Amino acid sequence: MNDSAEQPTYNYLTAGDTVKSWLLTVDHKRIGVLYLIAMTCFFLVGGTAAGLFRLELATHNPDVLSNDTYNKLFTMHGIIMVFFFLIPAVPGVLGNFLVPLMIGAKDVAFPRLNLASWYIYMLGGSFTLLAVLLGGIDTGWTFYTPYSSVYADSNVILAGTGVFITGFSSILTGLNFIVTIHKMRAPGMTWMRLPLFIWAQYATSIINILGTPVIAITLLLVVFERAFGFGIFDPARGGDPVLYQHLFWFYSHPAVYIMILPGFGVVSEVLACCSRKRIYGYEFVAFSSLAIAAIGFFVWGHHMFTSSQSEYAALIFSVLTYLVGIPTAIKIFNWTATLYKGSIELSAPMIYTLGFIGLFLVGGLTGLFLATMAVNVHLHDTYFVVAHFHYVMVGGMMMAWLAGLHFWWPKMFGKMYNEFWARIGAVVIFFGFNFTFFPQFIAGYMGMPRRYHVYAPEYQPFQMLSTTGAFFMGIGLLICMVTLISSLFKKGYCGRNPFKATGLEWNQAASPPNTHNFTAPVVVDVEAYDYTDERIYQDA
Amino acid sequence: MKAVKTSPDVASTYADQVDGLYYYLIGVSVFFTIAICALIIYFSVRYRRQSDADRPAPTKDGKLLEILGSVIPFILVMIMFFWGAKLYFDARMPPKDAIEILVTGKQWMWKLQHPNGKREINDLHVPVGVPIKLTMTSEDVIHSFYLPDFRKKMDVVPGKYTQMWFKPEEEGAYNLFCAEYCGTEHSLMVGKLYVVGQEEYEKWLNTRWVDGAPMANVDTNDPVAAGEEIWDTNCAAACHTGKAGAIAPNIVDKFGTMRDLEGGEQILMDENYVRNSMQNPNEHIAKGYPAAMVSFKGTLNTTQMNQVIAYLKSRSTADSE
Ligand SMILES: [Cu+2]
Ligand SMILES: [Cu+2]
Repeated sequence: MNDSAEQPTYNYLTAGDTVKSWLLTVDHKRIGVLYLIAMTCFFLVGGTAAGLFRLELATHNPDVLSNDTYNKLFTMHGIIMVFFFLIPAVPGVLGNFLVPLMIGAKDVAFPRLNLASWYIYMLGGSFTLLAVLLGGIDTGWTFYTPYSSVYADSNVILAGTGVFITGFSSILTGLNFIVTIHKMRAPGMTWMRLPLFIWAQYATSIINILGTPVIAITLLLVVFERAFGFGIFDPARGGDPVLYQHLFWFYSHPAVYIMILPGFGVVSEVLACCSRKRIYGYEFVAFSSLAIAAIGFFVWGHHMFTSSQSEYAALIFSVLTYLVGIPTAIKIFNWTATLYKGSIELSAPMIYTLGFIGLFLVGGLTGLFLATMAVNVHLHDTYFVVAHFHYVMVGGMMMAWLAGLHFWWPKMFGKMYNEFWARIGAVVIFFGFNFTFFPQFIAGYMGMPRRYHVYAPEYQPFQMLSTTGAFFMGIGLLICMVTLISSLFKKGYCGRNPFKATGLEWNQAASPPNTHNFTAPVVVDVEAYDYTDERIYQDA
Repeated sequence: MKAVKTSPDVASTYADQVDGLYYYLIGVSVFFTIAICALIIYFSVRYRRQSDADRPAPTKDGKLLEILGSVIPFILVMIMFFWGAKLYFDARMPPKDAIEILVTGKQWMWKLQHPNGKREINDLHVPVGVPIKLTMTSEDVIHSFYLPDFRKKMDVVPGKYTQMWFKPEEEGAYNLFCAEYCGTEHSLMVGKLYVVGQEEYEKWLNTRWVDGAPMANVDTNDPVAAGEEIWDTNCAAACHTGKAGAIAPNIVDKFGTMRDLEGGEQILMDENYVRNSMQNPNEHIAKGYPAAMVSFKGTLNTTQMNQVIAYLKSRSTADSE
């Protein structure tokens, strides 16, 4: 690490310190920071909801919450975490900050549209929070009809509108990234030289543009049915409630990849840097993101094996689901192979990344259980699904997000956090997570349905373990947050490239970068992840 | 202290078969989890930055690993697919000799009706050793009928009938859950399945009188008789008369057969078809007849439609194979 050099006094953070200079900024890096602040707030709200209902679930009898409050809390947890944290976290914060820097551009293609995306996200978030403040919503994050459209007695319209609006933020960000990646790469930055993070953002953006309009229209139809009595999903008015599930999962299965693919990108970057090696099978990892994005659109029916859809449709959805698992499996093999004969440093981002591989592996393998039709019938809508989903989304996406946040934190803020406490945080989160969610696989196999406020006593030992684990996970997250935030008040400069990583953002831009990213014209003359290149080891 | 249970009861042969597949999945998963995690830990120690391990200059990526890495998982998952699909289709075909029980989901209770009209709420009594077929519908939102000890579950959807069957092989009491979130008291929409001996079931089924007074939960209306009355007054009297030149086809004994439609298609006359025809008569027009039927939507409630279906089933001459 290089502590001798001075931190550049003029950078994107010091370019203006009024509130207005932040709220009207069109600098992609500042917009990334805006997303970081907003998203952290949503994450804390969603996490608090989870903490409360976890407490309730410690015993099988009702203890602290009424059934309505319980239902509203798990709904709020789901909606906020999925639509306001998991989907926008990596693209909104790291994507915005890094896409132009990594390809050698001054900014994204449409900077003002980029700011508009953030405001749309905030508007959607406000509607959803308003729905919570005005008494909550109790449909589950899945909004299944006809419960949501006719029977629920809560703020479905407000929350649905909130999610509808937020969708446009994803669509516009996706559009912005695609154009940026196509049109604004620096000379010499060919497609095959792109960092894998960019490939992942590119694939994610495509899904966002193709899939998000469908969920937007679907939720709009629910709102119309509820507000004006359209008979689309309500059988009493000639509608079909199962149609809703098709439309919902047509988006929401690919949305799983919207959440996880950017994480794959982060993991590839950290892994290459912390083992000083090019990612094993670069081309494969790059194209498998696109393959996953494409096949991912044709597997939605695996959420509906018990829904009364045709058995033959279920057959096709099952086989396609296994096929989408294959590129994912090879990604895991490639990441593991990258470690072979590497020069491995177990820094905090690397601990998160290795944790990601292990947890995502379990998430993926338990996905095979759910793709298996006869086993799915038993496990569907039980805690097994809850555990599987959290292994993919928290063990996968959240670990990758924290890996990325720790990895690029010095680049974003010019400060290095306390490495010791950051590692402690990572380890506590890893074990707390397993403690929380592994017992849920067993509870699910034993038949405990999800979304149960009170439950049969035989499931209590597992729920008790879960609640205890959640407490440790909370402590881990607290350590992580305090470590990161306190670094901002540290003296001393982290240097331009503290991790000695390849990539334009590390080698051609300052930490933090200045407003226009690069001071000299950028020309790329090396392949991605060339850790034999001497230049990355020079001080600056 | 009581030992903690970590797996559900095995209440049928089918449950046992599903568990077999489940253990195969666990085997595959445990193998890969341990293999990958062991490699990660080994590499992290062996190739840590401070170590003096031999690290030759990077070589070309091996094609063999990519090929093995796709072919082996492919074979393993195709076994899962065929095995899972086979059991799934078995689980969808009810045997013809099954006892048929009507299930109605309603926020937040299960209403169950036996062939002779006897009703129960949240409890379901069935005889051991006989296949049970459930014909299910919902009065409000989507519910899901879940018997974990039988590894079976099926959504209960308003506006249509879904089916599920199971064969209890062990007497006892088993959990019955609603698995699809259905609102405030979703977690209280639970009950018990009582599997009892054949004779005990017969006795239970035919107990309609306690101390000379009718039991409160017994429907004194036999569904077949009630259905016959509705049929005779509403359907057969004017339209489905069975006489030459009638305005509508005589379908009283045709349940379970394929019917010809205007336009050359055929449709199976099953519960969903009959129910749909009563509500939306002009969706499928019988071949050779005008679209003249009136809708009974709002005239006949769910119970009455169930009774008509029960009557048509009782008259059916369709091949029982
Ligand atoms: Cu899915
Ligand atoms: Cu329910």
